[in-house]
Amino acid sequence: MTRPWLPWARSAARPGPAPAGQPPAGPARPLLEVRDLTVHHGQLRALTEVSLTVHPGEVYAIIGANGAGKSTLLRTLAGLHAPTSGTVVFDGADVTGLRPDRRVAAGIAMVPEGRRLFGSLTVEENLLVGAAYARPGPWSPERVYELFGWMRERRGQRAALLSGGEQQAVAIGRALVANPRLLLLDELSLGLAPAVVRRIYGMLPDLLAAGLTVLLVEQDVSQALRVATHVHCLLEGRTTLRGAPGELTAAAIEDAYFGLARANGQGTRGGPR
Amino acid sequence: MSWVNAVIQGILLGGLYALFACGLSLMFGVMNVINLAHGDLAVVAAYLALGVITITHVPAQWSFLIVVPVFAALGYAVQRTLIQASLNRGVLTTLLVTFGLSVVIENALLQFLSANTHSIPVSAALVSASFTIGSGITIAYLDLVIFGAAVIVLLGLQYFLSSSKYGRLIRAVADDREAAQITGASHRHVFGIAAAIAFGTVALAGIAFGTYSQFDPTIGTDQLLLFAFEAVVIGGLGSLWGTLIGGVLLGVAQQIGATIGTNDQVLAGQLFFLAVLVLRPQGVMGSRGTA
Repeated sequence: MTRPWLPWARSAARPGPAPAGQPPAGPARPLLEVRDLTVHHGQLRALTEVSLTVHPGEVYAIIGANGAGKSTLLRTLAGLHAPTSGTVVFDGADVTGLRPDRRVAAGIAMVPEGRRLFGSLTVEENLLVGAAYARPGPWSPERVYELFGWMRERRGQRAALLSGGEQQAVAIGRALVANPRLLLLDELSLGLAPAVVRRIYGMLPDLLAAGLTVLLVEQDVSQALRVATHVHCLLEGRTTLRGAPGELTAAAIEDAYFGLARANGQGTRGGPR
Repeated sequence: MSWVNAVIQGILLGGLYALFACGLSLMFGVMNVINLAHGDLAVVAAYLALGVITITHVPAQWSFLIVVPVFAALGYAVQRTLIQASLNRGVLTTLLVTFGLSVVIENALLQFLSANTHSIPVSAALVSASFTIGSGITIAYLDLVIFGAAVIVLLGLQYFLSSSKYGRLIRAVADDREAAQITGASHRHVFGIAAAIAFGTVALAGIAFGTYSQFDPTIGTDQLLLFAFEAVVIGGLGSLWGTLIGGVLLGVAQQIGATIGTNDQVLAGQLFFLAVLVLRPQGVMGSRGTA
């Protein structure tokens, strides 16, 4: 696990990040509405009554320390975990009990943590599997090759042989070719060099321009603040902070990230737990 | 000369073993199911072919046109119900369930169809037709046809897995079930398709065996399942060509054993199998990965 990368002061001091362009229209119907979601892993409660609303065109970032429940939240939204209670409403329809493959058909695609490519398949085959049950839409393997220039000439290579950053790009491509309306990105930066992370996040404006809405989980807070229109902080499975990056102070984010007691008490720079 | 003959007959027999083994290998590679009822299913297919021939009077060698699709459908149904339900409860459960299925099939066959031996009555012209090469090496057309069918099935399967949409999905699900789900593929459906292929190939193998030799309700677990396992292990898991080579090597070993002494056929195969396990446990063509 990489340690969180926390130069808050620097990134929070920047003027409005919002690379997503216009703020979402207020009264528009939310694309995703999560209400009071509680999820257990066996006896362990991973999420406690988490609620969030994502509007079309937003980049909604979930931040938090290791074990805060971020990935559990994203996996629950993808249908890989069944919540104990609470509802997930996507585009006005309750999808709480829907199987993962049906959610893809509804328009939710995920880039999972650790990329999870089909290692014995080629790059092109990975994209074709992603496209096998695609909704109609602009994304095709061809369009993915245009987005990531290097990919076309290496499409015959086995995915397991790619570097981490390249695999991440293929994983994004595999999710894109399903033509989702909501793209779930789980820890894109995990295990990648900062320069590679920046390049991967660099394609976010292209995705938004194509009409996608993005919900991402990121341990790297400064990266999340750079790209997000909304930030949602989790601590031990509970919501501790919500808002637009421009409205939040570095201190408030730090408190929400580590928990108040810890922030007021001993040094916080040592990292969570 | 009898040694050369043994090798040639062994190669031809190996095609049949490979046909038995490829379905077993596929189900293990894709869904981690070790189907202990595999041999019994082949026997059921042979009996079903007998029934089809008796009722419809199709020529025996064409009975597979009916039996194989029926078995493919059966495979999909069994996978989606029984095997999927046991998979959800862990890999060991699938062993118990398929073992139970094997016992049920064998005893049901004994109960309703008796322990009498049968064989599939292909026309005499096909059974006895043969040609001779050199001095004393006789190759039966039937054996050649079965070997050819095995090679065609393996070629077709290879092409299907590498180039078709569902072949890709099968490989993707075998690589990472959960990742396949989040790309929109229902792994249960894909498993069903893989099982349909496995059942179809085992049905073909059962019919081929029924024309080649006599069968009875117990031969499925006594011989066929064992030979299929041995072919898979000798060849190496996860490689279709390995399966063919494994089947051929097993067949050759058995035929050489039979040349030494009529009762040594199975023993020789078993010894060769054990030798491979000791000396090259990943199989002749195997790597350490799975399908």
